Amino acid sequence: MSSVILLDYGAGNVQSVFNAFRALDCQVKVSRDPLDIESASHVVLPGVGAFEHCARALSRRGFLGPLQREVLEKGKPFLGICVGLQILARFGMEFGRHEGLGWIEGVTERLDSSLSNLRLPHMGWNEVEIRTSEPLFRGIDAGTAFYFVHSYHLLAEEQAAISSTCDYGQMVTASIQKDNLFGVQFHPEKSQSAGIRLLRNFIEVN
Amino acid sequence: MLKVRVIPVLLLRNGIVVQSKGFRRYQALGNPLAMVRRLNVWTADELIYLDISPTAEYDVGRDDLRDRNRHSLTEIIQDISEVCFMPLTFGGRIRSIDGIRQRLAAGADKVTINTMAGEHPEFITEAARIFGSQCLVVSIDVKINERGLYEVMIGRGRVPTGKDPAAWAMAVEKHGAGEILLNSIDRDGSGKGYDLELIKKVCDCVNIPVIASGGVGHWEHLFEGIEQGGASAVAAANIFNYTEQSVYHAKNYLYERGANVREPTLIDDYLRDSSSVADPLLAVSRNPLNSRVKQPPEKTGVKS
Repeated sequence: MSSVILLDYGAGNVQSVFNAFRALDCQVKVSRDPLDIESASHVVLPGVGAFEHCARALSRRGFLGPLQREVLEKGKPFLGICVGLQILARFGMEFGRHEGLGWIEGVTERLDSSLSNLRLPHMGWNEVEIRTSEPLFRGIDAGTAFYFVHSYHLLAEEQAAISSTCDYGQMVTASIQKDNLFGVQFHPEKSQSAGIRLLRNFIEVN
Repeated sequence: MLKVRVIPVLLLRNGIVVQSKGFRRYQALGNPLAMVRRLNVWTADELIYLDISPTAEYDVGRDDLRDRNRHSLTEIIQDISEVCFMPLTFGGRIRSIDGIRQRLAAGADKVTINTMAGEHPEFITEAARIFGSQCLVVSIDVKINERGLYEVMIGRGRVPTGKDPAAWAMAVEKHGAGEILLNSIDRDGSGKGYDLELIKKVCDCVNIPVIASGGVGHWEHLFEGIEQGGASAVAAANIFNYTEQSVYHAKNYLYERGANVREPTLIDDYLRDSSSVADPLLAVSRNPLNSRVKQPPEKTGVKS
């Protein structure tokens, strides 16, 4: 039986993500205590907000050590949502240059807003082009739309790590996947059943 | 590409969903939770709840119903967000930063402010700074005044501001709003279609998304709002309230017409075979048409 820890680092609403896992009848705990990472089977980093705030909060609240041990070394499945994905980059360029976790080679950069008719943030439902369907997109059709709200995205250098993209006048990284690391730019907890299905696929990993 | 959103708007008056006409006449429709369940299953893109209660009393009033009788707005929002796995915007009667915080904490993804923004534009900036622009929708209600000009109204359509909607929209954007919900008071409840000239005027002068609202009586009106108005999202209240599967029919119509909307699905397939789903709502019936279609009333042959 999977048990999910939802890391609460003070960036907005984790309630929706919590509700989504509850709908899956999954054991889920919202926690500010880094030690709870040890007892969980799956780690989820949610959040809407600025890159730098996330990075600073993770460090200040003592999450970095346990994350390194439990996720990178012990291989616990990890899912970052929205800024939780962006933070995996080596650097982020929001409000200046800031260091991320560096778990994925790449930089989190602002979407190109110079293209005509395109407003930022990229907000709404957009169809996702799936490159790697297993395990996160299992049972999810090609071209399914998910709900996005963001102005930055992770430009991964490791092309193989990009598991899905979407088109917003430019190629946008919609999700990444590398071993036990998963990240989604969209909000599965706001993407109705496709999102719920994705979360279910995540908790079934390992 | 990014899709145009189709958004049902539900008006809450003291805990009951109501229908309005011209912002003045109200008719009760039902329990907010029951309505959101219908709309979630039938894949609306987003949901907007507007609290138009004149007082702070929230009482669904029926203890015999499956849903607990909820007495506070916070509780109503919490209940809705537990079953609502799509973006949820909550608005109406928001007068403070704390009011925004409470609604977001209860489960709303975005809030919409109107009168407060009109009276104190700096409130928009403060809210955007604290919660982020993406959480902040500013509602702009517009009426055509005696001089035949568009005028922004506040106080639930009762108080004229002397502001031109396009100019106000630009100001609102500058202050940090993430989105605009544009309502035509004259068209509200009329079923005559959106005020396309108004929508286009506002869409053309801002870079943030504009949600069109007020006047939809036919799916074609939604299409016009997209193609002629240039709206990023098309909202409607009344038209979605009566028919079963109405959002599905609307999207199907738009999709067939070639509008840039999400491909419509009647039910969400992905959870169909999920045995691990707790809420029976999500484990949707395998044959929705059998369970959802209203049967016509039987003729009893009795003379009235």
